[in-house]
Amino acid sequence: MIFEAAFWLPVAIMAPLLAALCAFLAPQRMSPLVTMIGAAITFVAVGFLSALLVRDGPTRHPVGGWGAPLGIDLAADGLSALMLMLTAVVGAAVALYAYGYFNFPGHNEETKQRYASFWPLWLFLWSALNALFLSRDVFNLYVTLELVSFAAVALTALAGKPDVLRAAMRYLLVSLAGSLFYLMGVAFLYGEFGVLDIDQLKKGVTTAPSLAAAAGLMTVGLMMKTALFPLHFWLPPAHANAIAPVSALLSGLVVKGSFYILLRAWLEIFYPLSHTGAPYLLMGLGGVAILWGSLQAIRQTRLKLLIAYSTVAQIGYLFLLMPLLFVKEQSALALTGIVCFILAHASAKAAAFLSAGAIQLVTGDDRIASLRGLMEMQPLAVVAFGAAGVSLAALPPSGGFIAKWFMLDASLAHGDWLIAAIIVAGGLLAAIYVMRVVAPLFRQPDDAVLHRLTLAPKTMTLSAFSLAVLALLLSFAGIAVMEMLSIGAIGMLGIE
Amino acid sequence: MMGWESSLPLLLFLSSFAPGLVIFFLEEEAHTTRTVLNLFGALLKLALLAIMVPGLLEGRVYETRLPLLPEIDLVLRADSLSVLFIVLSASLWLVTTIYAIGYLEYSPNRSRFFGFFSLCVSSTMGIALAGNPLTFLIFYEMLTICTYPLVVHRGTPQAMHGGRVYLAYTLSGGVVLLIGVIGLHVLAGPVEFVDGGALDAVGARSPEALRWLFPFFMVGFGVKAALVPLHGWLPRAMVAPAPVSALLHAVAVVKAGAFGIVRVVYDLYGVNLAHELGLIDPLLIAAAITIIVGSLFALNQDDLKKRLAYSTVSQVSYIILGAATFGLFGAIGGLLHLVHQGVMKITLFFCAGNFAETLGIHKVSEMDGVGRRMPLTMAAFTVAALGMIGVPPTAGFISKWFLGAGSLQAENGWALGVLLTSSLLNAAYFLPILYRGWFKPQQGAWPEEHLYGRMETHWMLLFPPAITGAFVLLLGVLANMPFGLLRWVEFLILLEYRL
Repeated sequence: MIFEAAFWLPVAIMAPLLAALCAFLAPQRMSPLVTMIGAAITFVAVGFLSALLVRDGPTRHPVGGWGAPLGIDLAADGLSALMLMLTAVVGAAVALYAYGYFNFPGHNEETKQRYASFWPLWLFLWSALNALFLSRDVFNLYVTLELVSFAAVALTALAGKPDVLRAAMRYLLVSLAGSLFYLMGVAFLYGEFGVLDIDQLKKGVTTAPSLAAAAGLMTVGLMMKTALFPLHFWLPPAHANAIAPVSALLSGLVVKGSFYILLRAWLEIFYPLSHTGAPYLLMGLGGVAILWGSLQAIRQTRLKLLIAYSTVAQIGYLFLLMPLLFVKEQSALALTGIVCFILAHASAKAAAFLSAGAIQLVTGDDRIASLRGLMEMQPLAVVAFGAAGVSLAALPPSGGFIAKWFMLDASLAHGDWLIAAIIVAGGLLAAIYVMRVVAPLFRQPDDAVLHRLTLAPKTMTLSAFSLAVLALLLSFAGIAVMEMLSIGAIGMLGIE
Repeated sequence: MMGWESSLPLLLFLSSFAPGLVIFFLEEEAHTTRTVLNLFGALLKLALLAIMVPGLLEGRVYETRLPLLPEIDLVLRADSLSVLFIVLSASLWLVTTIYAIGYLEYSPNRSRFFGFFSLCVSSTMGIALAGNPLTFLIFYEMLTICTYPLVVHRGTPQAMHGGRVYLAYTLSGGVVLLIGVIGLHVLAGPVEFVDGGALDAVGARSPEALRWLFPFFMVGFGVKAALVPLHGWLPRAMVAPAPVSALLHAVAVVKAGAFGIVRVVYDLYGVNLAHELGLIDPLLIAAAITIIVGSLFALNQDDLKKRLAYSTVSQVSYIILGAATFGLFGAIGGLLHLVHQGVMKITLFFCAGNFAETLGIHKVSEMDGVGRRMPLTMAAFTVAALGMIGVPPTAGFISKWFLGAGSLQAENGWALGVLLTSSLLNAAYFLPILYRGWFKPQQGAWPEEHLYGRMETHWMLLFPPAITGAFVLLLGVLANMPFGLLRWVEFLILLEYRL
């Protein structure tokens, strides 16, 4: 039984969900333990699932024996497996960090009470994300999308300050609007084709006007949730004001969830529209996002806002290669590049937020100006930030570099000089904003300030550091990602 | 080839990389452990080289391959050109490590310093061993990143400024190089470095595209090699501690740029193809301009380390001049200078560091009578300075001799003129220092004097320049001995010219 993917598909969703329930009901001090058990089981499920995918190829399983279109089908291919693994690894590191963060001596009792809800919320988010990656039905995807958003908004609000409540409210409204757009798109699809299952849609779609309407509505909805320029306005305040472990989850994983749906939707449902201007429009917005987000990041005076704007910029890269996904010769390279970028960005950005959080706990504020000399006090956190920055700026050796290598290779082979130029320029701009943080860290410390500091616990700095190291080690993951994607994902385009 | 032999290049890299990583996690006070690790890494590296050199002479190639991307491996390959660079870097690293231990004995953040120091040398090993352009690029950028913390080590505003300028130049250069590497990949598919050049077929097919790509490589490497006008970072990076300057100028950074140019000209394009495409003449002109301009700048510097920095700008381009001179003699001269410049310049920086640490001397105008107070240091400085000018029988004379002969062989009489002018300029900025140091009486007290018992300075600061200074002489006097450097370089150049 355990050697059947069908067994593990529901486990990957139910294990964190049940653990969330237990963590919610259990006494407060037990929740970390419950979380750990739930996380361990989910880890095993994701591991088995991925290994079985490699052995047996893509899988699809009707839960409870009810097949589509009535029942709920769960399905996995190489792309979903990579996303599941990413979520598990980044999530686990963040959870380890959170444990240290919540036990930092500086917090008062009331804050600790509030932080205790992190554990069930985080498990719930994990379950929702896993469900998202395993769904094959546009309506079920809508449901998972909503679950992800609610968990994410609730996590954002955990910080409890007025600023963050305002940001969380805005996040909630944008999210709801995005879902609404998405749902209207789904309605168009259902009205025209009478099915919601992606595999059936893939076979049945025609270039009807309602397909264009559905594409437009769903894309706009998902752009809102993914925070693609110019619909990114909600992201910086939400990601910057949340507590550090939550920022890491939001920037690292949550925005990738909605992008995942967008990617699949275009590759498998809306592909007849690939010759229209739409992919180029997304590319253009991505390009502007890279340049504008980076320039905003350079201008920030607060550390976490800088990192949040960096997310705005880096999301642009996900869209930059949209047109190339539909060019037969470049499709595989482009998809590999995008997925490598997702992996690299998730680990690097999570590492950046986590180390920023560790530094912030120590300095007591969020200004870049207060970072002076912390290299001597918190070397591990600083090195983690630096290594994450290397990946964000796509310098070798890092996962970010490999991703951009694929992207550059695909775009230049297709003769798209402009895309290549934006990729390169974006790397330099990223180096500038990373250095705006790193340089003060290396300055001579101000002795009077340093003596007042309490250091962040080792669990925090170590988990930030390991994510940063992961971002660097991903430089060797290019081939593995490509092989993983060849399990059902490369060539998932409807047209052959 | 036996299995373990293919891991030798990787071990060569790891012999400094692994100790570097461990050193980061050591306590500041773990002085002995750190020193043992440092020296162990440096000696292990030399031992590995000793295993490999006999095999290389038999024409064997040692190669480690790790899959990196579809069709492109991370290739670490020890061929005769890489070993030339490695022998230089590994030996100078050992000496510099000893010097750095003495130099930084009482300053803060030593674990961090030596950790990044080891990573820098590891990156240099990677650059030397890189078997294809992508591998080269990866280590080249890694070197940029690992050097930054060393340049800003002191954390003062000047150091931060120097570091910022350094990164601005080198990261931009890295981007230009990236464009060259990815462009070549799109044009020619996966390419590896081969003795004599790897692009003959592509050159026949699309010479125009290759012509377009060449400047990207040259600018990308030219930034680190400090080709005028890309040299601006080098004098500003002088705020770093003396061992770092030694590392920048002799062991790693500047050398990495020059080595990259040599690699691309010889083993990527191939000197014959580069000549046919008319690519090396512009390079020759750039090198000639750099040689003269660097020396002219050096004339006006009162700050000793700045004067040395501009001298590096000028001297490193001798290597490029040699690579860009079509003909055996010029090529031999260029590669010889790769080694000779390293040994001479590191000596000069060690000495400058000694003057600063022992007597607080930072300026040329403060050096009156320093030869009486620190005779050994001053003697080493003198030998190296004479070498820079090209006075026989120093090492510098040998390389300049070959470069001059090469210029005549290639019928570039004007290049000989450049060499002679440069030697005159070298004399004009080095001889006054020697005169002040030896013949002028001391003026007042030294700016900041430290006493070290009966020695003129700490022994760990004194031995390194003494040893490298002796080598400046030995490399000149024994140039023609069997199994010497000259034989090695001749062997290499014949391969590169496919003769």
